[in-house]
Amino acid sequence: MSAIEKISLDQTGLLRFITAGSVDDGKSTLIGRLLHDSKSIFEDQLTSITNTTRKRGAEGVDLSLLTDGLQAEREQGITIDVAYRYFATPKRKFIIADTPGHEQYTRNMVTGASTANLAIILIDARKGVLTQSRRHAYLASLVGIPHLVVAVNKMDLVDYSQAVFEKICSDFSAFAEKLNLRNIAYIPMSALNGDMVVERGDNLNWYQGSTLMDLLETVSIEDDINREDFRFPVQWVCRPQTKELHDFRGYMGRIESGSVRTGDTVTVLPSGLSSRIKEILVYEGPVAEAFAPQSVTLTIEGHLDISRGDMLVRPDEVSHVAKAFDAMLCWLSEQPLDLNRKYLIKQTTRVVKAVIGRIDYRIDVNTLAQEAVSTLKMNDIARVGLKVQQPLICDDYARNRATGCFIVIDESSNNTVAAGMILLAGGAA
Amino acid sequence: MSNQPFTHLDALESEAIHIMREVAAECANPVLLFSGGKDSIVLLRLAEKAFRPGRFPFPLMHVDTEHNFPEVIAFRDHRAKELGERLIVRSMEDSIKKGRVVLRSETQSRNAFQSVTLLDAIEEFKFDACIGGARRDEEKARAKERIFSFRDEFGQWDPKNQRPELWDIYNTRTHPGENIRVFPISNWTELDVWEYIACEKLEVPEIYFAHQREVIRRAAGLLPVSHLVQPQAEEKTEHIMVRFRTVGDMSCTCPVESDATTVEEIIAETAMTRITERGATRMDDQTSEASMELRKKEGYF
Repeated sequence: MSAIEKISLDQTGLLRFITAGSVDDGKSTLIGRLLHDSKSIFEDQLTSITNTTRKRGAEGVDLSLLTDGLQAEREQGITIDVAYRYFATPKRKFIIADTPGHEQYTRNMVTGASTANLAIILIDARKGVLTQSRRHAYLASLVGIPHLVVAVNKMDLVDYSQAVFEKICSDFSAFAEKLNLRNIAYIPMSALNGDMVVERGDNLNWYQGSTLMDLLETVSIEDDINREDFRFPVQWVCRPQTKELHDFRGYMGRIESGSVRTGDTVTVLPSGLSSRIKEILVYEGPVAEAFAPQSVTLTIEGHLDISRGDMLVRPDEVSHVAKAFDAMLCWLSEQPLDLNRKYLIKQTTRVVKAVIGRIDYRIDVNTLAQEAVSTLKMNDIARVGLKVQQPLICDDYARNRATGCFIVIDESSNNTVAAGMILLAGGAA
Repeated sequence: MSNQPFTHLDALESEAIHIMREVAAECANPVLLFSGGKDSIVLLRLAEKAFRPGRFPFPLMHVDTEHNFPEVIAFRDHRAKELGERLIVRSMEDSIKKGRVVLRSETQSRNAFQSVTLLDAIEEFKFDACIGGARRDEEKARAKERIFSFRDEFGQWDPKNQRPELWDIYNTRTHPGENIRVFPISNWTELDVWEYIACEKLEVPEIYFAHQREVIRRAAGLLPVSHLVQPQAEEKTEHIMVRFRTVGDMSCTCPVESDATTVEEIIAETAMTRITERGATRMDDQTSEASMELRKKEGYF
């Protein structure tokens, strides 16, 4: 770790977050408010949604239309799972994964959550902690979103009552404790009036904490990536074979976690052979050290047979090389799971054949009850056992998101049918 | 490098490099679409960062409407030569001659017809992946599109039947005849692109900078006078300082009034602007609320 402390790894430039909640909770209004108050809505967008608001016979500007979508959605009354929006303040750039709708919620939220640093869970102050709030909290914990904000919205409709806010906080935190969720911030707000979103407003003077925007701009996300274990899945082997670079062999990829220095001893998995890092190359030239999530080219001493799908690690921090393992699986496809079929699994840069041979239980995302089932349907979440034809080089998802996640592909349709999170420590989510 | 902060541009750059290497490793016959515009100029630098000291594991291709600004075409050829990479040009004129594209008039916008030439070229070369410079902040149909966007054998995009895309594990699989469009800079905004151009000191065609140009005010925009666009009765032309925010078909790409003559001035202007990039510059996107969506379903980028 000492090496990392020396460099200023100020990875604060880009924050990805997701908003969980329904239109009724004021989710679209909140996103509209963040975009509007950070001056990220453009005049032509505003004109367009003003026109649409008027066309639908309403007054003013319906900010929720900003996140409304395509002709296909309007015509068929469906919502497409996830839309991405962008805004920036002088301190940070933000990517919102906006996942609408009540239906297919599990599938959509898991998709949006998979890349998020932070989730905002919206709660209507009048209604308190509902089943859906618990479902959102569970999914956030399942996907391992590092930071959680509970936004208690519509405070204007409960007279900005501190007692109401505190009751909701204690209800939510009692549930969150069971899920092992940490790093939860609670913010009372009125997205409609703009209280505690970007501006503090005058109505919540009893609340001393940050506004939502303050928190988004300052939350430390440096440690959202595992900084300890060096993991380098090889993506592409560069062999120019030109006259000047006749013997050059560069291993190209992205450092998924940890860091590496020139001269470090590394072990190649799955072969287990070791060598030393000769050079760390970026486009501008060689560097002494590199860290996650940089994309680099590594050269090593001597000749080892290394190809795509192999992983470079440090000898004292090796990954697991597993041919059978357990996982939490979220089924995404309309076609149910077939326990007898072979599927493809893609994990880091490896694609292998797999059989999902066992379903331990399905989780009821509303009650967290475990149920025995014989197959999995769209939106189901279950603990399963898998066997793979070639070993995966992986870590427990809770320790390392990047090397603990995988997708399941149906070889006949080529569709992505499930998302998985590897369990190695024997724990259950 | 080690003492500098890891900025949002570093994060976006690393993501884009990772995406390009996945394409190279998993797709049998990819191509990078290069138009000479700013977004594809950024793509080329990212490809250099992804694959040097090796050569690009794909050729470059431009679908030429022959309604392009001559400065941009000159720039395209110069840049491809400088990189020493292979450039394929497929022209809409060929599609017109073959009767694959039928235009109502010579001066009609050709943007929508690019899809035909593009799909023909995909078939000719059997490309299974086309890397393009589209961004999600451009338009609301794009905001809902995947980084790896699957197209059926007719090149069509089906917005409600997209593959889920989780973490950064990309499903690159296709059946013969199908293809994927890949957008490595999906998560970049117009401002990010200009900041990156500044950071990397990238050269861009002159028409991105403010210059004197003869224009006509038509509808809400400015139209550049050329052999394709002539003043109609009662329209007057004027000479003013303008620059282009996007470069496309000359008959429908509008410049904006500007004094920005350097990349830094463009960044300052972009940070302040109150109109979206396509809203300001593309007449063809304003014909209906869903123009881009409809074009994409037909195989457009």
